[in-house]
Amino acid sequence: MDLNQLTIWEAHEGLKAKKFSSEDLTNACIKRARERNPEVNAFVEITEDFALEQARLVDKDGAAGPLSGIPIGIKDLFSVKGYETTAGSKILKGYKPPFDATAVAKLREAGAVFLGRTNMDEFACGSSTEHSCYGNTKNPCDLERVPGGSSGGSAAAVADMMCIGAIGTDTGGSIRQPVSLCGSTGLKPTYGRVSRFGVIAMASSWDTVGPFGKDVKDLALMLQVMAGNDKRDSTTPERPVPDYMAALDKNVKGLKIGIPKEYFGEGVEDETRDMVMNAVRSLEKQGAILQEVSLPMTKYALAVYYVSMPAELSANLARYDGIRFGIKPSEDGSDLEEYYRNVRGEGFGDEIKRRIMIGTYVLSAGYYDAYYKKAQEVRTKIIDDFNRVFEEVDVLCGPVSPYPAFKFGENLADPLKMYMADVLTIPASTAGLPAASVPCGMSSGGLPIGFQVIGRQFDEENVLRVGDSVCDMNKF
Amino acid sequence: MSKITKEQVEKVAKLARLNLTPDELNKFADQLSSIFEHVDILSEVDTDGTQPTSQVTGLTNVMRDDEVDSDFCSKDELLAVTPLPVERGQIKVKKVL
Repeated sequence: MDLNQLTIWEAHEGLKAKKFSSEDLTNACIKRARERNPEVNAFVEITEDFALEQARLVDKDGAAGPLSGIPIGIKDLFSVKGYETTAGSKILKGYKPPFDATAVAKLREAGAVFLGRTNMDEFACGSSTEHSCYGNTKNPCDLERVPGGSSGGSAAAVADMMCIGAIGTDTGGSIRQPVSLCGSTGLKPTYGRVSRFGVIAMASSWDTVGPFGKDVKDLALMLQVMAGNDKRDSTTPERPVPDYMAALDKNVKGLKIGIPKEYFGEGVEDETRDMVMNAVRSLEKQGAILQEVSLPMTKYALAVYYVSMPAELSANLARYDGIRFGIKPSEDGSDLEEYYRNVRGEGFGDEIKRRIMIGTYVLSAGYYDAYYKKAQEVRTKIIDDFNRVFEEVDVLCGPVSPYPAFKFGENLADPLKMYMADVLTIPASTAGLPAASVPCGMSSGGLPIGFQVIGRQFDEENVLRVGDSVCDMNKF
Repeated sequence: MSKITKEQVEKVAKLARLNLTPDELNKFADQLSSIFEHVDILSEVDTDGTQPTSQVTGLTNVMRDDEVDSDFCSKDELLAVTPLPVERGQIKVKKVL
């Protein structure tokens, strides 16, 4: 087995036993990335020298923690001091942040090796990584299909063995959906569990930071390092971080699993539904107790999201004005306002302009109550739904995406159709709940199908435990 | 109320400080209309007496001292990333009035 194919835990064991060095491991990943990236385009930059320098440092001092010496991919919206960070947008071309994001600083401290920046939909807006200024990322399972999005680069890089693990963000499904389409694993933690300081913001009441790996153990190890309070992100509570690896030692016996009937309804492909139900039944065989539940507000989540998210996005993206960072417009214009309009018109891509327009519209005078306030009220109703079912069950299980990876261009002309790709991931985001995506089988066309586990707020332990059980049974 | 006109798109683009091409204006009028048609589904939900949610984990008013942490990142490092000229520690921009 080539070193780049190892999981984090396997690589850590190998490093500890001195079977190979971090430099060997890093070189194996770089070699694979150099071979495959021209085709897959998962990385927008491979920081080879930086990675090897970090790897040699670990080799000199000896691998300490489980992430020490492990090469990871970093979604192009995490500030990494001195390295270009653009959120897949032309408007930030050339911007090198003068500080590290907290998640990045913690990974650096833990000895992780930064292999490079992974591709993404511009400002994390998209479900296919077709909205990046660096071009499309391709799905490594079928190069004619999308990898999902917005973290398509991180999901594809891990699935295609170009790196051992990766990090990304999930606002309405941007970790879970690409992972599901590429066949890797990913976790969207509870809102506030991981600091977003230094992460380029999309929609601030929704954004979360999370890990990508080859198995659930990888997710637990990465979350362990990144989770916790950060004085620079006031949404991170002062709440102890449990031992996530210990949670994986327990099995699912006696665990109550809710099956929301709305997650298996119209629009979900038969094959996806069958694969997910097979995995649910194996959980039952392992001692989990199944219960059908209903979340009747599910069908409103997409509409809530497409009011609240663009509103927050349009406010967050007001800071891209070509003054403090990023590019200048080709024509300065006669005054400051024209300068703003020029740089934003040139620097933002199609999807970003569309969402800024939606957001500005719903926040404008006369529409605020009808759209923005209404959406926030319906959001409360969706949260009430989840609170009610979580009185009866410990986790909820269902599909991640209603269908496997689609072809390039298939949903580009019709934004609403593209937005529907996230119809099963948005509800958990609405309520700030932790949710994992793990592979549970392949379609007849050879495309991965993902299984979603949703837990109570701050109950990543049960989410990871159930995900791990699904992953394990899938290996045989 | 869901049909969005080209004029509305133009007005919103101006509010958002966004230059749009004539093609974009037409396209967005159509696309936004269809998106808002979907969003109108929200009016089905009875939300009388329901409080709006803006924060999901129950935290409120987290305060800290307003202190400059210059060890973390210096003023010069921050000024170094502007695409515009810097004069006397300030970024020089186009005239405002």
